[in-house]
Amino acid sequence: MNNLIILPIIIPFIIGAVLIIFAKHHRLQRVVSGFTAVGMLILSIYLAIVVYQDGVIVLEAGNWAAPFGIVLVADMFATLMVLLTSLLSAACLFFAFKTITPKREKFFFYPFYFFLLVGVNGAFLTGDIFNLFVFFEVMLLSSYALIVNGGTKYQLRESFKYVIINVFASALFVVAVAWLYSVTGTLNMAHISERVAELEQTGVVNVIAIMFFIVFASKGALFPLYFWLPKSYFGPPAAIAALFGGLLTKVGIYAIIRVFTLIFYHEPTYTHKAVIVTIAGFTMLFGVLGAVSQFDFKRILSYHIISQVGYMVMGLGIFTPLAVAGAIYYIVHHMIVKTALFLFAGAAERVTGTTDLKKMGGLLKTHPVLSWMFFISAISLAGIPPFSGFFSKFPIILAGFQEEQYIISGVALLVGLLTLFSMMKIFSYAFWGKQKHTDEQAKLPIGKLLLPIAPLVALTIILGIAAEPIFQYSLQVAEQIMDPSIYIESVLKE
Amino acid sequence: MEILMSIIIGIIFTVSVYLFLSRSIIRVVLGTLLLSHGVHLLLITMSELQRGAPPLLNLGAESYTDPLPQALVLTAIVIAFGVTSLLLVMVYRTYKEHETDDLEELRGSADE
Amino acid sequence: MKQLRPNDMMLQVSMRLITLIIFAFSFYLFLAGHNNPGGGFIGGLMTASAILVLYLAFDMKTITKAIPFNFTTMIGVGLLFAVFTGIASMLYGFPFLTQFFDYFQFPVFGEVELTTALPFDLGVYLVVVGAALTIILAIAEDDK
Repeated sequence: MNNLIILPIIIPFIIGAVLIIFAKHHRLQRVVSGFTAVGMLILSIYLAIVVYQDGVIVLEAGNWAAPFGIVLVADMFATLMVLLTSLLSAACLFFAFKTITPKREKFFFYPFYFFLLVGVNGAFLTGDIFNLFVFFEVMLLSSYALIVNGGTKYQLRESFKYVIINVFASALFVVAVAWLYSVTGTLNMAHISERVAELEQTGVVNVIAIMFFIVFASKGALFPLYFWLPKSYFGPPAAIAALFGGLLTKVGIYAIIRVFTLIFYHEPTYTHKAVIVTIAGFTMLFGVLGAVSQFDFKRILSYHIISQVGYMVMGLGIFTPLAVAGAIYYIVHHMIVKTALFLFAGAAERVTGTTDLKKMGGLLKTHPVLSWMFFISAISLAGIPPFSGFFSKFPIILAGFQEEQYIISGVALLVGLLTLFSMMKIFSYAFWGKQKHTDEQAKLPIGKLLLPIAPLVALTIILGIAAEPIFQYSLQVAEQIMDPSIYIESVLKE
Repeated sequence: MEILMSIIIGIIFTVSVYLFLSRSIIRVVLGTLLLSHGVHLLLITMSELQRGAPPLLNLGAESYTDPLPQALVLTAIVIAFGVTSLLLVMVYRTYKEHETDDLEELRGSADE
Repeated sequence: MKQLRPNDMMLQVSMRLITLIIFAFSFYLFLAGHNNPGGGFIGGLMTASAILVLYLAFDMKTITKAIPFNFTTMIGVGLLFAVFTGIASMLYGFPFLTQFFDYFQFPVFGEVELTTALPFDLGVYLVVVGAALTIILAIAEDDK
């Protein structure tokens, strides 16, 4: 019983509700949400430290004992994700202060922003499979509202597809939960894990496992269910696109990792090494090919989300502590860098008025700080040492070779090369070359826009230089999630 | 009873998929509505349809209805209500902006 | 340009009566929710439909004057109600959302069970009324 871990869920909830009431007071909304974001960041750091030192914290909501009531479980993986969420949401929020137009603010931007965080944090912390669905829906409902925020023609058209694919996936989620309930008779994830272990994972349990995989794959944009992502992330303003790009697909990936390490871990040769690894390979390859073929700043970044989601799932698919640790490291790296890159795209768009690479050029001369910060993030994303991208891809690929998964490891290396290529494409078109924006645009001060991004860029450098302690931490996280008995014992207290 | 329900759920799913694949935007919304109904029925059916006994938790009870699926379905209905209403507003706005409800025309061109 | 209004006197008079009945029933459903079918969600939907019937029978302006609530604010207030019920138990050291109930003697009603689930349900009720009407009015107001 520890109410600390409910706070990352109810604080944004309360603030979101309060901000609905004061929807007309722009200044007040900004002040309140700014302080909340910083407060959440401090809280989540504290939570991560507490869990790191004292082990898993479990809260039985409503004082109902474990298998019967809903539990919230904060293990190291969950608190790490909550910490990243708070970090990204704070950065995007401060970026939004400078870029979101009052017209968009009026459509309940801040309340939905915080409800999104309720859903995301809830999905990370919950220990109940149906509750996971509920928090997913909270997150998705807010994301529907945010992605159409502003209501341009393009947004409405593309968001409709985003909403429909997610509604369909959510329906399948309920189907999967219903099947799982009929087989195991419980909803508590720890309890399900025990029951599945007794049942032996064969036949129908494997079907359910793949069903869950399909559900989370469509939310996490895995092959072949990624087609909604690039177009729908293009529409909304940069702050929202950055938050979505950094955060939303990773919730799906988190759910995949959670479900396939805690519940369906008995048949790794089928589920992990065959299905997940294959899907991961195709996801990486098609994502990066999409990125290579594009000529738009935001679209290239969106396609890269897909290819990088593939790396994370590949780490899970190889399923050794080293690979899973690499996947976790990669999630940390990716969330930070991807958000930074999307925000850079927003800042560059502010200057040039476009994200079409053919109409951009010469930003290096007029905005050197922006350009070099982008350069660092870009090569970090491509996996050049000494930045975080290298040290997070390295263990995944190393584990791939150790486990004799040569094809997937080769694909991962090739995808890294193509990532570098498309990042350099952005750099050479948008930042090098002749200046294509007017001199007036060149004088636009964007220093304030770069402030919220600077910590993220600093973090990718730190994550690279301090790779050893951070990798040790990811390894601990990986060992904790790969040993389901820790989770089960702390929830069911046996 | 479960077999009958399974067949009905199958029919509902079929119809909703058909609606999903149609060109009119409002039909797609109706498809989501129908799909959620099918899913809710499935959730109830999957926990065995028990009749004639109250969902009371008494350790000595010989027969009781499982109360959990009912709670789950209620939650799922509320969520479906929220999603559908949001979707309706969104579809309406889309229709207003684009002045068409034909998804073929809402496809979007390749160059933008 | 306004079209000639049809004479909907019958509708208006009967709706005044019917709405009251629906209101009363929705309130009953809301209170019954703890141990019987009903609850905040259903009660809220029914109240929303009662108000909606009023909107149908009369015009927008009249009802907006008669019911001077901002329905969006109502959502916020409802959410706060619900969450603070949960927090209240935290203040006494119990886990979030722990509920309590006890029996009290009242002069007219006799013995009544009072639970902390009631304020929570009130929150749900407010959210549902607010959300349903906000969404319907958002489409309706757009038509002018």
